Amino acid sequence: MAKVYKYGDNVDTDVIIPARYLNAPEKSELAKHCMEDIDLVFAKTVEIGDFIVAGDNFGCGSSREHAPIAIQACGVKCVIAKSFARIFYRNAINIGFPIMECPEAAEDIAVGDVISVDFSTGIITNETKEKSYQSAPFPAFVDGIIEAGGLINSLKKRGLAK
Amino acid sequence: MGMTMSQKILAAHAGLDSVEAGQLIECKLDLVLGNDITTPVAIGVFEEAGLTQVFDKNKIAIVLDHYTPCKDMKAAQLCAIARNFAKKYQIKNFFDVGDVGVEHALIPEKGLAVPGDCIIGADSHTCTYGALGAFSTGIGSTDMAAGMATGSAWFKVPQAIKVVLTGKKQKYVSGKDIILHLIGMIDVDGALYQSLEFTGEGVSNLSMDDRFTISNMAIECGAKNGIFPVDEKTIAYLKGRTERTYTRFEADEDAIYSQTIEIDLNALKPTVAMPHLPSNTKTVDEVAGKPIHQVVIGSCTNGRIQDMREAAEIMKGRKVAAHVRCIVIPATQEGYLQAIKEGLIEIFINAGCAVSTPTCGPCLGGHMGVLADDEWAISTTNRNFVGRMGPTSSMIILASPAVAAASAIKGCLASPHDLD
Repeated sequence: MAKVYKYGDNVDTDVIIPARYLNAPEKSELAKHCMEDIDLVFAKTVEIGDFIVAGDNFGCGSSREHAPIAIQACGVKCVIAKSFARIFYRNAINIGFPIMECPEAAEDIAVGDVISVDFSTGIITNETKEKSYQSAPFPAFVDGIIEAGGLINSLKKRGLAK
Repeated sequence: MGMTMSQKILAAHAGLDSVEAGQLIECKLDLVLGNDITTPVAIGVFEEAGLTQVFDKNKIAIVLDHYTPCKDMKAAQLCAIARNFAKKYQIKNFFDVGDVGVEHALIPEKGLAVPGDCIIGADSHTCTYGALGAFSTGIGSTDMAAGMATGSAWFKVPQAIKVVLTGKKQKYVSGKDIILHLIGMIDVDGALYQSLEFTGEGVSNLSMDDRFTISNMAIECGAKNGIFPVDEKTIAYLKGRTERTYTRFEADEDAIYSQTIEIDLNALKPTVAMPHLPSNTKTVDEVAGKPIHQVVIGSCTNGRIQDMREAAEIMKGRKVAAHVRCIVIPATQEGYLQAIKEGLIEIFINAGCAVSTPTCGPCLGGHMGVLADDEWAISTTNRNFVGRMGPTSSMIILASPAVAAASAIKGCLASPHDLD
Protein backbone atom coordinates (compact mmCIF):
# COMPACT_ATOMS: atom_id res chain seq x y z
CA MET A 1 0.00 0.00 0.00
CA ALA A 2 1.39 3.35 -1.01
CA LYS A 3 2.45 5.50 1.93
CA VAL A 4 2.25 9.24 2.51
CA TYR A 5 5.22 11.18 3.88
CA LYS A 6 4.07 14.55 5.13
CA TYR A 7 6.21 17.68 5.63
CA GLY A 8 5.61 21.35 6.42
CA ASP A 9 6.35 24.61 4.60
CA ASN A 10 9.64 25.63 2.96
CA VAL A 11 11.17 22.18 2.51
CA ASP A 12 14.42 23.38 0.92
CA THR A 13 16.67 21.61 -1.55
CA ASP A 14 19.47 21.51 1.04
CA VAL A 15 17.41 19.11 3.15
CA ILE A 16 16.01 17.22 0.14
CA ILE A 17 19.59 16.41 -0.83
CA PRO A 18 22.38 17.97 1.25
CA ALA A 19 25.29 19.52 -0.68
CA ARG A 20 27.73 17.08 0.89
CA TYR A 21 26.32 14.42 -1.45
CA LEU A 22 26.35 16.48 -4.66
CA ASN A 23 29.88 15.36 -5.52
CA ALA A 24 28.38 11.96 -6.48
CA PRO A 25 25.40 12.74 -8.72
CA GLU A 26 24.52 9.12 -9.58
CA LYS A 27 20.78 8.66 -9.06
CA SER A 28 21.14 5.67 -6.73
CA GLU A 29 23.59 7.57 -4.51
CA LEU A 30 21.31 10.62 -4.31
CA ALA A 31 18.34 8.39 -3.43
CA LYS A 32 20.18 6.93 -0.43
CA HIS A 33 20.38 10.38 1.21
CA CYS A 34 17.10 11.91 0.11
CA MET A 35 15.40 14.02 2.85
CA GLU A 36 18.11 12.94 5.30
CA ASP A 37 18.42 16.28 7.09
CA ILE A 38 14.74 16.48 8.03
CA ASP A 39 13.75 12.82 8.06
CA LEU A 40 16.22 10.03 8.78
CA VAL A 41 13.54 7.39 8.18
CA PHE A 42 12.44 8.45 4.68
CA ALA A 43 15.23 7.00 2.51
CA LYS A 44 15.21 3.77 4.52
CA THR A 45 11.48 3.12 4.25
CA VAL A 46 10.27 4.78 1.04
CA GLU A 47 8.92 2.41 -1.62
CA ILE A 48 7.92 2.72 -5.25
CA GLY A 49 4.57 4.50 -5.58
CA ASP A 50 4.73 6.41 -2.26
CA PHE A 51 3.76 10.10 -2.02
CA ILE A 52 5.28 13.22 -0.51
CA VAL A 53 2.71 15.76 0.71
CA ALA A 54 3.99 19.15 1.84
CA GLY A 55 3.11 22.76 2.57
CA ASP A 56 4.05 25.97 0.81
CA ASN A 57 7.21 26.71 -1.18
CA PHE A 58 8.36 23.08 -1.56
CA GLY A 59 11.88 22.88 -3.00
CA CYS A 60 13.01 26.40 -2.20
CA GLY A 61 16.68 27.34 -2.26
CA SER A 62 19.35 25.95 -4.52
CA SER A 63 18.74 25.22 -8.22
CA ARG A 64 20.18 21.72 -7.84
CA GLU A 65 18.24 19.38 -10.12
CA HIS A 66 19.66 16.66 -7.88
CA ALA A 67 16.66 17.38 -5.59
CA PRO A 68 13.82 16.20 -7.88
CA ILE A 69 16.19 13.55 -9.29
CA ALA A 70 16.73 12.16 -5.77
CA ILE A 71 13.00 12.06 -5.00
CA GLN A 72 12.25 10.47 -8.37
CA ALA A 73 15.03 7.91 -7.88
CA CYS A 74 13.44 6.89 -4.56
CA GLY A 75 10.39 5.78 -6.49
CA VAL A 76 8.08 8.52 -5.21
CA LYS A 77 5.07 8.72 -7.50
CA CYS A 78 4.48 12.42 -7.09
CA VAL A 79 4.86 15.39 -4.74
CA ILE A 80 1.65 17.14 -3.72
CA ALA A 81 2.22 20.58 -2.18
CA LYS A 82 0.38 23.79 -1.40
CA SER A 83 2.92 25.55 -3.65
CA PHE A 84 6.33 24.92 -5.19
CA ALA A 85 9.43 27.10 -5.41
CA ARG A 86 9.83 28.05 -9.04
CA ILE A 87 13.16 26.40 -9.89
CA PHE A 88 12.06 23.09 -8.33
CA TYR A 89 8.79 23.37 -10.28
CA ARG A 90 10.70 23.85 -13.55
CA ASN A 91 13.21 21.13 -12.79
CA ALA A 92 10.51 18.56 -11.96
CA ILE A 93 8.68 19.30 -15.21
CA ASN A 94 11.92 19.28 -17.19
CA ILE A 95 12.92 15.82 -15.96
CA GLY A 96 9.38 14.47 -16.33
CA PHE A 97 8.72 14.04 -12.59
CA PRO A 98 5.07 14.62 -11.61
CA ILE A 99 4.16 17.37 -9.15
CA MET A 100 0.70 18.53 -8.16
CA GLU A 101 -0.14 21.92 -6.67
CA CYS A 102 -3.21 21.60 -4.47
CA PRO A 103 -3.49 23.51 -1.15
CA GLU A 104 -6.65 21.68 -0.10
CA ALA A 105 -5.18 18.20 -0.60
CA ALA A 106 -1.89 19.21 0.99
CA GLU A 107 -3.76 20.44 4.06
CA ASP A 108 -6.17 17.53 4.31
CA ILE A 109 -4.12 14.43 3.54
CA ALA A 110 -2.65 12.81 6.65
CA VAL A 111 0.04 10.21 7.17
CA GLY A 112 -1.66 6.82 6.89
CA ASP A 113 -4.28 7.99 4.39
CA VAL A 114 -4.61 5.89 1.25
CA ILE A 115 -4.51 8.18 -1.78
CA SER A 116 -4.40 7.87 -5.53
CA VAL A 117 -3.80 10.39 -8.32
CA ASP A 118 -4.95 10.76 -11.89
CA PHE A 119 -2.44 12.84 -13.84
CA SER A 120 -4.71 13.20 -16.87
CA THR A 121 -7.45 14.94 -14.87
CA GLY A 122 -5.34 16.34 -12.03
CA ILE A 123 -7.68 14.72 -9.51
CA ILE A 124 -6.29 13.49 -6.22
CA THR A 125 -8.46 10.94 -4.39
CA ASN A 126 -8.26 10.33 -0.66
CA GLU A 127 -9.79 6.90 -0.21
CA THR A 128 -9.47 6.98 3.59
CA LYS A 129 -11.37 10.25 3.94
CA GLU A 130 -13.55 9.54 0.90
CA LYS A 131 -12.73 12.92 -0.62
CA SER A 132 -11.26 14.15 -3.85
CA TYR A 133 -9.36 17.30 -4.70
CA GLN A 134 -8.66 19.09 -7.99
CA SER A 135 -5.02 20.16 -8.47
CA ALA A 136 -4.05 23.27 -10.45
CA PRO A 137 -3.91 22.43 -14.17
CA PHE A 138 -0.67 22.82 -16.13
CA PRO A 139 -0.63 25.22 -19.09
CA ALA A 140 -0.81 23.39 -22.45
CA PHE A 141 2.82 24.21 -23.21
CA VAL A 142 3.94 22.57 -19.97
CA ASP A 143 1.61 19.62 -20.57
CA GLY A 144 3.46 19.12 -23.86
CA ILE A 145 6.78 18.85 -22.02
CA ILE A 146 5.34 16.39 -19.51
CA GLU A 147 3.73 14.28 -22.23
CA ALA A 148 6.98 14.11 -24.18
CA GLY A 149 8.72 12.83 -21.03
CA GLY A 150 10.69 15.97 -20.23
CA LEU A 151 12.16 19.06 -21.82
CA ILE A 152 14.87 17.46 -23.95
CA ASN A 153 12.47 14.95 -25.49
CA SER A 154 9.98 17.71 -26.24
CA LEU A 155 12.69 19.80 -27.94
CA LYS A 156 13.78 16.82 -30.03
CA LYS A 157 10.19 16.12 -30.94
CA ARG A 158 9.91 19.71 -32.16
CA GLY A 159 13.19 19.39 -34.07
CA LEU A 160 14.83 22.14 -32.00
CA ALA A 161 17.81 20.22 -30.66
CA LYS A 162 20.40 18.22 -32.57
CA MET B 1 -1.03 47.96 -21.29
CA GLY B 2 2.28 48.95 -19.73
CA MET B 3 5.05 46.46 -19.08
CA THR B 4 7.51 46.08 -16.22
CA MET B 5 11.23 46.29 -16.93
CA SER B 6 11.56 42.48 -16.77
CA GLN B 7 8.59 42.01 -19.10
CA LYS B 8 10.11 44.39 -21.65
CA ILE B 9 13.39 42.48 -21.71
CA LEU B 10 11.56 39.17 -22.05
CA ALA B 11 9.35 40.52 -24.85
CA ALA B 12 12.39 41.76 -26.76
CA HIS B 13 14.05 38.35 -26.47
CA ALA B 14 10.87 36.55 -27.55
CA GLY B 15 10.55 38.77 -30.64
CA LEU B 16 7.24 40.16 -29.37
CA ASP B 17 6.01 43.74 -29.12
CA SER B 18 4.39 43.09 -25.80
CA VAL B 19 3.83 40.34 -23.25
CA GLU B 20 1.65 40.05 -20.19
CA ALA B 21 1.98 38.26 -16.88
CA GLY B 22 1.19 34.56 -17.09
CA GLN B 23 1.97 34.25 -20.80
CA LEU B 24 4.32 31.37 -21.78
CA ILE B 25 7.06 32.46 -24.14
CA GLU B 26 10.36 31.25 -25.56
CA CYS B 27 13.28 33.65 -25.29
CA LYS B 28 16.64 33.87 -27.01
CA LEU B 29 19.46 33.75 -24.48
CA ASP B 30 22.54 35.96 -24.24
CA LEU B 31 24.33 33.69 -21.76
CA VAL B 32 23.92 30.16 -20.41
CA LEU B 33 25.84 29.51 -17.20
CA GLY B 34 26.74 26.53 -15.04
CA ASN B 35 29.11 25.53 -12.23
CA ASP B 36 31.01 22.40 -11.19
CA ILE B 37 27.95 20.89 -9.45
CA THR B 38 25.27 21.60 -12.04
CA THR B 39 27.24 21.48 -15.31
CA PRO B 40 28.24 17.79 -15.11
CA VAL B 41 24.55 16.89 -14.65
CA ALA B 42 23.70 19.10 -17.66
CA ILE B 43 26.44 17.43 -19.69
CA GLY B 44 24.95 14.06 -18.77
CA VAL B 45 21.54 15.21 -20.06
CA PHE B 46 23.15 16.72 -23.19
CA GLU B 47 25.08 13.58 -24.07
CA GLU B 48 22.37 11.11 -23.14
CA ALA B 49 20.06 12.94 -25.54
CA GLY B 50 22.66 12.53 -28.27
CA LEU B 51 23.10 16.28 -28.73
CA THR B 52 26.25 17.21 -30.61
CA GLN B 53 26.20 20.99 -31.04
CA VAL B 54 26.17 24.02 -28.77
CA PHE B 55 24.28 27.07 -30.01
CA ASP B 56 27.19 29.49 -29.52
CA LYS B 57 30.50 28.68 -27.84
CA ASN B 58 30.89 32.36 -26.91
CA LYS B 59 27.59 32.54 -25.02
CA ILE B 60 28.14 29.69 -22.58
CA ALA B 61 30.04 30.13 -19.32
CA ILE B 62 31.26 27.25 -17.16
CA VAL B 63 32.66 28.28 -13.79
CA LEU B 64 34.30 25.67 -11.55
CA ASP B 65 33.77 27.43 -8.23
CA HIS B 66 31.83 25.32 -5.73
CA TYR B 67 34.14 22.49 -4.63
CA THR B 68 37.33 23.96 -6.05
CA PRO B 69 40.27 23.73 -5.63
CA CYS B 70 38.86 20.20 -5.59
CA LYS B 71 37.99 19.05 -2.11
CA ASP B 72 38.03 15.32 -2.85
CA MET B 73 38.30 12.72 -5.61
CA LYS B 74 34.60 12.78 -6.48
CA ALA B 75 34.64 16.57 -6.88
CA ALA B 76 37.76 16.26 -9.03
CA GLN B 77 35.94 13.83 -11.33
CA LEU B 78 33.06 16.30 -11.74
CA CYS B 79 35.48 19.07 -12.68
CA ALA B 80 37.18 16.75 -15.17
CA ILE B 81 33.83 16.11 -16.87
CA ALA B 82 33.19 19.86 -17.18
CA ARG B 83 36.77 20.54 -18.30
CA ASN B 84 36.58 17.92 -21.08
CA PHE B 85 33.25 19.26 -22.32
CA ALA B 86 34.57 22.83 -22.36
CA LYS B 87 37.55 21.68 -24.40
CA LYS B 88 35.50 19.56 -26.80
CA TYR B 89 33.05 22.38 -27.58
CA GLN B 90 35.65 25.18 -27.31
CA ILE B 91 33.66 26.99 -24.65
CA LYS B 92 35.23 30.43 -24.56
CA ASN B 93 34.21 31.45 -21.08
CA PHE B 94 35.51 28.48 -19.13
CA PHE B 95 36.99 29.38 -15.75
CA ASP B 96 39.17 26.92 -13.87
CA VAL B 97 41.42 27.11 -10.80
CA GLY B 98 43.79 30.06 -11.17
CA ASP B 99 41.40 32.39 -12.91
CA VAL B 100 38.13 31.20 -11.43
CA GLY B 101 36.08 33.28 -9.04
CA VAL B 102 32.70 32.75 -7.41
CA GLU B 103 30.48 32.79 -10.50
CA HIS B 104 28.13 35.64 -9.67
CA ALA B 105 30.98 37.95 -8.73
CA LEU B 106 33.06 36.80 -11.70
CA ILE B 107 30.53 37.06 -14.56
CA PRO B 108 29.82 40.81 -14.10
CA GLU B 109 33.50 41.52 -13.49
CA LYS B 110 34.40 39.86 -16.81
CA GLY B 111 31.78 41.94 -18.63
CA LEU B 112 29.73 38.84 -19.52
CA ALA B 113 26.43 40.31 -18.32
CA VAL B 114 25.20 43.68 -19.61
CA PRO B 115 21.97 45.67 -19.34
CA GLY B 116 19.05 44.23 -21.29
CA ASP B 117 20.51 40.70 -21.46
CA CYS B 118 18.42 37.58 -20.96
CA ILE B 119 20.50 35.10 -18.96
CA ILE B 120 19.90 31.69 -17.42
CA GLY B 121 22.24 29.95 -15.03
CA ALA B 122 22.18 26.56 -13.39
CA ASP B 123 22.64 28.17 -10.02
CA SER B 124 19.86 29.82 -8.09
CA HIS B 125 21.82 33.02 -7.45
CA THR B 126 22.03 33.79 -11.17
CA CYS B 127 19.50 36.53 -10.34
CA THR B 128 22.55 38.62 -9.28
CA TYR B 129 22.94 40.22 -12.74
CA GLY B 130 19.64 42.03 -12.30
CA ALA B 131 21.85 44.61 -10.59
CA LEU B 132 23.10 45.49 -14.09
CA GLY B 133 19.61 45.83 -15.54
CA ALA B 134 19.59 42.35 -17.10
CA PHE B 135 16.84 39.73 -16.85
CA SER B 136 18.68 36.91 -15.19
CA THR B 137 17.35 33.84 -13.44
CA GLY B 138 18.33 30.50 -11.96
CA ILE B 139 17.31 27.25 -13.61
CA GLY B 140 18.34 23.59 -13.33
CA SER B 141 20.68 21.33 -15.25
CA THR B 142 18.15 20.17 -17.87
CA ASP B 143 17.35 23.79 -18.74
CA MET B 144 21.09 24.42 -18.96
CA ALA B 145 21.51 21.48 -21.35
CA ALA B 146 18.59 22.68 -23.48
CA GLY B 147 19.91 26.26 -23.36
CA MET B 148 23.37 25.15 -24.48
CA ALA B 149 21.85 23.24 -27.39
CA THR B 150 19.19 25.70 -28.56
CA GLY B 151 20.13 29.13 -27.17
CA SER B 152 16.63 29.55 -25.88
CA ALA B 153 14.49 28.85 -22.82
CA TRP B 154 10.80 28.85 -21.92
CA PHE B 155 9.46 31.32 -19.38
CA LYS B 156 6.18 32.15 -17.79
CA VAL B 157 6.10 35.95 -17.92
CA PRO B 158 6.24 37.09 -14.27
CA GLN B 159 4.27 39.83 -12.62
CA ALA B 160 6.33 42.09 -10.42
CA ILE B 161 6.58 43.61 -6.98
CA LYS B 162 7.75 47.21 -7.13
CA VAL B 163 10.23 48.01 -4.37
CA VAL B 164 10.63 51.76 -3.94
CA LEU B 165 13.81 52.75 -2.13
CA THR B 166 13.97 56.23 -0.62
CA GLY B 167 16.60 58.13 1.34
CA LYS B 168 20.16 57.21 2.16
CA LYS B 169 21.43 54.44 4.38
CA GLN B 170 23.25 55.08 7.65
CA LYS B 171 26.82 54.04 8.45
CA TYR B 172 27.29 50.25 8.73
CA VAL B 173 24.13 49.59 6.73
CA SER B 174 24.76 47.85 3.40
CA GLY B 175 22.94 46.11 0.57
CA LYS B 176 22.82 42.98 2.75
CA ASP B 177 20.82 44.75 5.46
CA ILE B 178 18.39 46.08 2.85
CA ILE B 179 17.68 42.72 1.26
CA LEU B 180 17.45 40.90 4.60
CA HIS B 181 14.99 43.56 5.75
CA LEU B 182 12.88 43.03 2.61
CA ILE B 183 12.90 39.22 2.94
CA GLY B 184 11.87 39.61 6.57
CA MET B 185 8.94 41.77 5.45
CA ILE B 186 7.58 39.49 2.72
CA ASP B 187 8.80 36.01 3.82
CA VAL B 188 10.75 33.36 1.91
CA ASP B 189 7.98 32.92 -0.65
CA GLY B 190 6.71 36.50 -0.68
CA ALA B 191 7.82 37.06 -4.28
CA LEU B 192 7.25 33.51 -5.55
CA TYR B 193 7.09 33.37 -9.38
CA GLN B 194 7.45 37.19 -9.48
CA SER B 195 10.07 39.80 -10.31
CA LEU B 196 11.36 42.24 -7.76
CA GLU B 197 11.83 45.59 -9.49
CA PHE B 198 13.84 48.09 -7.46
CA THR B 199 13.27 51.76 -8.09
CA GLY B 200 13.11 55.13 -6.36
CA GLU B 201 15.60 57.90 -5.64
CA GLY B 202 17.32 55.74 -3.02
CA VAL B 203 18.77 53.53 -5.78
CA SER B 204 21.25 56.23 -6.76
CA ASN B 205 22.68 56.09 -3.23
CA LEU B 206 23.55 52.41 -3.58
CA SER B 207 26.90 51.26 -4.93
CA MET B 208 27.02 48.53 -7.57
CA ASP B 209 28.29 46.09 -4.93
CA ASP B 210 25.23 46.91 -2.75
CA ARG B 211 23.00 46.27 -5.75
CA PHE B 212 24.70 42.94 -6.58
CA THR B 213 24.07 41.78 -3.01
CA ILE B 214 20.41 42.81 -3.17
CA SER B 215 19.72 41.19 -6.56
CA ASN B 216 21.68 38.10 -5.48
CA MET B 217 19.27 37.35 -2.64
CA ALA B 218 16.06 37.98 -4.62
CA ILE B 219 15.74 34.18 -4.84
CA GLU B 220 15.60 33.99 -1.03
CA CYS B 221 12.07 35.42 -1.12
CA GLY B 222 11.18 33.17 -4.05
CA ALA B 223 11.63 35.79 -6.77
CA LYS B 224 12.36 34.84 -10.36
CA ASN B 225 14.64 37.85 -10.74
CA GLY B 226 15.52 41.09 -8.96
CA ILE B 227 16.27 43.98 -11.26
CA PHE B 228 17.62 47.53 -10.96
CA PRO B 229 17.33 50.44 -13.39
CA VAL B 230 20.44 51.34 -15.36
CA ASP B 231 22.08 54.59 -14.19
CA GLU B 232 25.45 56.36 -14.18
CA LYS B 233 26.86 53.89 -11.67
CA THR B 234 25.92 50.94 -13.88
CA ILE B 235 27.55 52.59 -16.88
CA ALA B 236 30.69 53.41 -14.90
CA TYR B 237 30.90 49.77 -13.75
CA LEU B 238 30.62 48.46 -17.31
CA LYS B 239 33.32 50.79 -18.63
CA GLY B 240 36.43 48.85 -19.53
CA ARG B 241 34.72 45.50 -18.87
CA THR B 242 32.82 45.03 -22.10
CA GLU B 243 32.77 46.20 -25.69
CA ARG B 244 29.23 44.97 -26.23
CA THR B 245 26.49 47.41 -27.06
CA TYR B 246 23.51 47.12 -24.76
CA THR B 247 19.96 48.31 -24.38
CA ARG B 248 18.65 50.23 -21.37
CA PHE B 249 15.15 49.06 -20.64
CA GLU B 250 12.83 51.00 -18.35
CA ALA B 251 9.50 50.00 -16.91
CA ASP B 252 6.52 51.74 -18.54
CA GLU B 253 4.92 54.45 -16.42
CA ASP B 254 1.66 52.51 -16.51
CA ALA B 255 3.23 49.13 -15.74
CA ILE B 256 1.11 46.97 -13.47
CA TYR B 257 2.57 45.62 -10.24
CA SER B 258 1.08 43.06 -7.85
CA GLN B 259 2.13 45.29 -4.96
CA THR B 260 4.37 48.21 -4.09
CA ILE B 261 6.68 48.12 -1.09
CA GLU B 262 8.45 51.22 0.19
CA ILE B 263 11.68 51.03 2.12
CA ASP B 264 13.13 54.13 3.77
CA LEU B 265 16.88 53.51 3.74
CA ASN B 266 17.40 56.10 6.51
CA ALA B 267 15.41 53.98 8.92
CA LEU B 268 17.30 50.70 8.43
CA LYS B 269 19.63 49.29 11.07
CA PRO B 270 22.19 46.48 10.78
CA THR B 271 20.03 43.39 10.28
CA VAL B 272 20.63 39.65 10.52
CA ALA B 273 18.68 36.47 9.73
CA MET B 274 18.61 33.97 12.59
CA PRO B 275 18.39 30.19 12.00
CA HIS B 276 16.91 28.56 9.94
CA LEU B 277 15.36 30.87 7.32
CA PRO B 278 16.58 34.05 5.60
CA SER B 279 13.23 35.60 6.55
CA ASN B 280 13.84 35.17 10.28
CA THR B 281 15.25 38.65 10.52
CA LYS B 282 16.10 40.76 13.56
CA THR B 283 18.03 43.96 13.98
CA VAL B 284 21.41 43.26 15.53
CA ASP B 285 20.38 45.24 18.64
CA GLU B 286 17.63 42.71 19.31
CA VAL B 287 19.87 39.63 19.31
CA ALA B 288 23.41 40.88 20.10
CA GLY B 289 25.52 38.79 22.46
CA LYS B 290 24.90 35.32 21.03
CA PRO B 291 28.25 33.49 21.34
CA ILE B 292 29.69 32.15 18.07
CA HIS B 293 32.35 29.70 16.91
CA GLN B 294 32.98 30.71 13.31
CA VAL B 295 32.69 33.70 10.99
CA VAL B 296 32.71 33.49 7.18
CA ILE B 297 33.17 36.62 5.06
CA GLY B 298 32.83 35.95 1.33
CA SER B 299 30.52 34.26 -1.25
CA CYS B 300 28.56 35.41 -4.30
CA THR B 301 26.53 37.54 -1.91
CA ASN B 302 29.30 39.38 -0.08
CA GLY B 303 32.75 38.55 -1.41
CA ARG B 304 33.32 41.70 -3.48
CA ILE B 305 35.88 44.45 -2.89
CA GLN B 306 33.45 46.72 -1.03
CA ASP B 307 32.70 43.82 1.32
CA MET B 308 36.42 43.29 1.93
CA ARG B 309 36.89 47.00 2.61
CA GLU B 310 33.98 47.15 5.06
CA ALA B 311 35.23 44.11 6.98
CA ALA B 312 38.84 45.32 6.99
CA GLU B 313 37.87 48.77 8.26
CA ILE B 314 36.46 47.11 11.37
CA MET B 315 39.26 44.57 11.80
CA LYS B 316 42.11 47.04 11.38
CA GLY B 317 44.38 46.93 14.44
CA ARG B 318 42.09 44.46 16.20
CA LYS B 319 42.18 40.71 16.87
CA VAL B 320 39.63 37.99 16.22
CA ALA B 321 38.35 36.69 19.59
CA ALA B 322 40.36 33.75 20.93
CA HIS B 323 37.71 31.07 20.52
CA VAL B 324 36.46 32.22 17.08
CA ARG B 325 37.64 31.04 13.64
CA CYS B 326 37.30 33.74 11.00
CA ILE B 327 37.54 32.76 7.33
CA VAL B 328 37.80 35.47 4.67
CA ILE B 329 37.32 34.52 1.01
CA PRO B 330 37.53 37.21 -1.67
CA ALA B 331 35.14 36.11 -4.41
CA THR B 332 37.41 36.69 -7.41
CA GLN B 333 41.08 36.89 -8.26
CA GLU B 334 40.66 40.55 -9.29
CA GLY B 335 39.08 41.36 -5.94
CA TYR B 336 41.71 39.34 -4.07
CA LEU B 337 44.53 41.18 -5.81
CA GLN B 338 42.90 44.54 -5.19
CA ALA B 339 42.51 43.63 -1.51
CA ILE B 340 46.22 42.78 -1.38
CA LYS B 341 47.13 46.11 -3.01
CA GLU B 342 44.99 48.03 -0.53
CA GLY B 343 46.54 46.20 2.43
CA LEU B 344 43.23 44.57 3.38
CA ILE B 345 44.60 41.02 3.35
CA GLU B 346 47.40 42.10 5.71
CA ILE B 347 44.77 43.51 8.05
CA PHE B 348 42.84 40.23 7.99
CA ILE B 349 45.91 38.07 8.60
CA ASN B 350 47.17 40.32 11.38
CA ALA B 351 43.73 40.07 12.97
CA GLY B 352 44.01 36.27 12.94
CA CYS B 353 41.78 35.42 9.96
CA ALA B 354 42.33 32.57 7.51
CA VAL B 355 42.28 33.96 3.95
CA SER B 356 41.47 31.65 1.04
CA THR B 357 41.58 31.61 -2.73
CA PRO B 358 38.11 32.17 -4.27
CA THR B 359 35.63 29.33 -3.69
CA CYS B 360 31.98 28.87 -2.71
CA GLY B 361 33.27 26.28 -0.20
CA PRO B 362 31.77 26.96 3.22
CA CYS B 363 28.52 28.59 2.03
CA LEU B 364 27.06 25.20 1.10
CA GLY B 365 28.98 23.12 3.64
CA GLY B 366 31.30 21.95 0.87
CA HIS B 367 34.75 22.59 2.29
CA MET B 368 36.94 25.39 3.74
CA GLY B 369 34.95 25.81 6.94
CA VAL B 370 32.39 23.07 7.61
CA LEU B 371 30.80 23.33 11.07
CA ALA B 372 30.70 20.75 13.89
CA ASP B 373 27.67 19.70 15.95
CA ASP B 374 25.93 22.54 17.81
CA GLU B 375 28.29 25.21 16.49
CA TRP B 376 27.08 28.71 15.64
CA ALA B 377 28.38 30.66 12.67
CA ILE B 378 27.88 34.20 11.47
CA SER B 379 28.16 34.21 7.72
CA THR B 380 27.88 36.80 4.96
CA THR B 381 26.42 34.10 2.69
CA ASN B 382 22.79 33.73 1.61
CA ARG B 383 21.18 30.69 3.24
CA ASN B 384 20.85 29.54 6.83
CA PHE B 385 18.81 26.40 6.18
CA VAL B 386 19.11 23.33 8.43
CA GLY B 387 22.40 21.56 7.68
CA ARG B 388 23.54 24.10 5.10
CA MET B 389 27.09 24.50 6.47
CA GLY B 390 27.41 21.34 8.54
CA PRO B 391 25.40 18.99 10.79
CA THR B 392 21.69 19.61 11.31
CA SER B 393 22.47 20.85 14.84
CA SER B 394 24.75 23.63 13.56
CA MET B 395 23.33 27.15 13.36
CA ILE B 396 23.89 29.97 10.88
CA ILE B 397 23.22 33.68 11.30
CA LEU B 398 23.27 35.63 8.01
CA ALA B 399 24.82 39.08 8.25
CA SER B 400 26.63 41.86 6.42
CA PRO B 401 30.45 41.95 6.24
CA ALA B 402 30.53 44.77 8.81
CA VAL B 403 28.41 42.83 11.32
CA ALA B 404 30.35 39.61 10.63
CA ALA B 405 33.68 41.39 11.19
CA ALA B 406 32.51 43.09 14.40
CA SER B 407 31.17 39.76 15.66
CA ALA B 408 34.49 38.02 14.93
CA ILE B 409 36.27 40.63 17.07
CA LYS B 410 33.75 40.52 19.92
CA GLY B 411 33.34 36.72 19.86
CA CYS B 412 29.57 37.05 19.75
CA LEU B 413 26.92 38.57 17.52
CA ALA B 414 27.73 42.27 17.67
CA SER B 415 27.01 45.54 15.95
CA PRO B 416 29.89 47.50 14.38
CA HIS B 417 28.66 50.41 16.52
CA ASP B 418 29.73 48.42 19.61
CA LEU B 419 33.34 48.91 18.53
CA ASP B 420 33.10 52.66 17.80
